[in-house]
Amino acid sequence: MKKLMLGNEAVARGAYEAGVTVATAYPGTPSTEITETIAANYDNIYSEWSPNEKVALEVAIGASIAGARSICSMKHVGLNVAADPLFTVSYTGVNGGLVIVVADDPGMHSSQNEQDSRFYARSAKVPMLEPSDSQECKDFVKKALEISEEFDCPVILRLSTRISHSQSLVELGEKEDYKLKDYKKDFNKYVMMPAMARKRHVEVEKRMARLREFAENTSLNKIEWGSKDIGVITSGIAYQYAKEAFGDVSYLKLGMVYPLPEKLIREFSGKVKKLYVVEELEPFFENQIKKMGIEVTGKELLPAIGELSANIIKEKVLGEKVEINAAINEAIPVRPPVMCPGCPHRGTFYVLKKLKLTVNGDIGCYTLGALPPNESMDTCVCMGASIGMAHGMEKARGRDFSRKTVAVIGDSTFIHSGITGLIDIVYNKGNSTIIVLDNSITGMTGHQENPTTGFTIKGEPTRQVDLVKLANAIGIDRVRVADPFNLKEFEKIVKEEVEADEPSLIIAQRPCALLKRSVNFKGPLKISSEKCRKCKVCMTIGCPAIVDKGSSIEINDALCVGCELCTKVCRFDAIEKAGADCAKS
Amino acid sequence: MQNLNIMIVGVGGQGTLLASRILGAVALKKNYDVKVSEVHGMSQRGGSVVTYVRLGDKIHSPLVEKGEADIIISFEQLESMRWAEYLRCGGKFIVNEQKIDPMPVIIGKAKYPEKIIEKIKENCRKTIVVDALSIAKKCGNIKTVNTVLLGVLAKSTQIEKEVWLESLKETVPSKFLDVNLKAFEEGYSLQAQ
Ligand SMILES: Cc1ncc(C[n+]2csc(CCOP(=O)(O)OP(=O)(O)O)c2C)c(N)n1
Repeated sequence: MKKLMLGNEAVARGAYEAGVTVATAYPGTPSTEITETIAANYDNIYSEWSPNEKVALEVAIGASIAGARSICSMKHVGLNVAADPLFTVSYTGVNGGLVIVVADDPGMHSSQNEQDSRFYARSAKVPMLEPSDSQECKDFVKKALEISEEFDCPVILRLSTRISHSQSLVELGEKEDYKLKDYKKDFNKYVMMPAMARKRHVEVEKRMARLREFAENTSLNKIEWGSKDIGVITSGIAYQYAKEAFGDVSYLKLGMVYPLPEKLIREFSGKVKKLYVVEELEPFFENQIKKMGIEVTGKELLPAIGELSANIIKEKVLGEKVEINAAINEAIPVRPPVMCPGCPHRGTFYVLKKLKLTVNGDIGCYTLGALPPNESMDTCVCMGASIGMAHGMEKARGRDFSRKTVAVIGDSTFIHSGITGLIDIVYNKGNSTIIVLDNSITGMTGHQENPTTGFTIKGEPTRQVDLVKLANAIGIDRVRVADPFNLKEFEKIVKEEVEADEPSLIIAQRPCALLKRSVNFKGPLKISSEKCRKCKVCMTIGCPAIVDKGSSIEINDALCVGCELCTKVCRFDAIEKAGADCAKS
Repeated sequence: MQNLNIMIVGVGGQGTLLASRILGAVALKKNYDVKVSEVHGMSQRGGSVVTYVRLGDKIHSPLVEKGEADIIISFEQLESMRWAEYLRCGGKFIVNEQKIDPMPVIIGKAKYPEKIIEKIKENCRKTIVVDALSIAKKCGNIKTVNTVLLGVLAKSTQIEKEVWLESLKETVPSKFLDVNLKAFEEGYSLQAQ
């Protein structure tokens, strides 16, 4: 049976068919749907949202050593967090097959950088596979598990946004009957102290040699002969763009992108007149091929920044200009993402802007507070960074400066990697004020549960992290819980806490406006044209539902949810429930 | 068959994803090769979103590029303008009249362009303008804007109506099915007039 599946769904299906029984992840676009699909569809697989990618990988390693086939998924920057276990599980090797799925985001549709994960395979000395459509996503998961077991190593499966988030046809297969492997205690293999690790490193190098041999013969790498005037070495989504752009030429499509099959590359390059490498982001293949002494053209012509496309290849390599007809010559206003109508973060940023604080930001929906009209975020580097950076600012510029400084961090991000930063502040005698934006969900990535929400990935109730107790336990005495829509109270609390000469934690608690289980707004509001004086204060909160029509300020009833934040800033009581002519209920 | 390139553009949250899912199901029923490229993550939060759907005998790239779209369905006026150059010469434009101000307009840093529909029509003779929001409201659920537009699209393709209806039934949750079927019919019959 054929089914239309996202690359991510196909990865999940592959895991299921291959008999995987443990799946772990921390969410991150574009990888999130892998583990969501597993949790929703395959009950025989244990799945979890781990607090971060490092823990996720460690759980998967434990499962593998215990004998299960396991899969751990993350976005590209997640592998930075999980890099520590990655480099050493390369030494210990596995028992049950272990696949690490990492989804890159060329073009940065939803990311803070566009690092190329292929370098991780090379530095950690583990094989990496890269599928070019959903069918291969499914097939390559199985292959990866086989390679993992045959060569006693983890295998990385590299995806990218256009693979993860494109649907294409997949032929479904049967579930394999995979038996849990025996668990054997083996400290020479699994306890990486210097004496043992030195021996394992030798094994790793031997393994690399065997993997290079394997790469020459595996069906993952294949030559498609066409016209031999041009030969193209490519992989993943770049293969699809190349097919579209070059048409009937010869291709060496690499399904295994590390280690490279040197003999196969030599054979291929020897038979074509002109050799190109088409790869997204870094010249990863190109540099290795050049080092083999083979002449090849790649990044001289193609960009190392952003996504490729068929037209980019046509234009840059083949010199074909693509004609465009229906263009309208006029400035078109951009449409950046915005906080949703009813978003709890809007209250927080309204107050932070008003107080003109230096705000160390973090990653999540609330990063949108950096954009107009709030523009009240000064920094955003990586998950968890806000807290350490606020502390660093205080140490650099002193206490007076830190009285005008805060850090803001979402609930999921705080659990991911904020706690250690907070401990640093307490331990090293800082005074920073940290605001946890607790919207009871992991919002940005599309509503995943996390340790603060009280539910597991399967929606089962579980023990909830108590942020107040946690803060107390690490030595923070000043902990305040406040509703960011109670603007006056919230402002007062922030002012008090930045003044206090000790670290403090403010928990800004209000559920995400899209969280059905907790939110019950009363429906659209409207602005009374009699009462409105057009002072436009309501527009400063930056709600997409409030529109300046020139002669009047209006509320777009298709967008307004009725959160009533605007009613709290209006001085003329002009905003009322739509449909009722009387005052707001 | 010749490849058919469709783009669905709009504002995050407008339900463009459901429309592309239904299109995918249609392609599957017709035994075409198909690729659907979606946007998840950041831009779904009220940003400009685009979905590419490509059908044919064999599809490689999941992307539709400038000048290559046979049909663009736009959920919002400004977005139709933004993506207009993706339409091929002689392609068809289905434009929902709805307007959603982007943040630069809301805060007075930019102006929402005027006479967009006229400009689109100047550029593309095959433009169908739809007031899908009013139709959806009339059907009883403003979230069916996407299904109204899908109805209009269905009428503009060679693919049989039954295939669309079956795909709709498979994709839409059962409790919203009736209102969606109604919205689809409204869209489908619109163009006949
Ligand atoms: C290391 C790493 N992993 C994952 C992500 C993807 N990501 C970005 S924001 C975010 C979660 C945000 O949730 P939360 O902190 O609760 O804030 P909210 O979006 O709900 O406001 C995730 C998982 C990332 N950017 N970096």
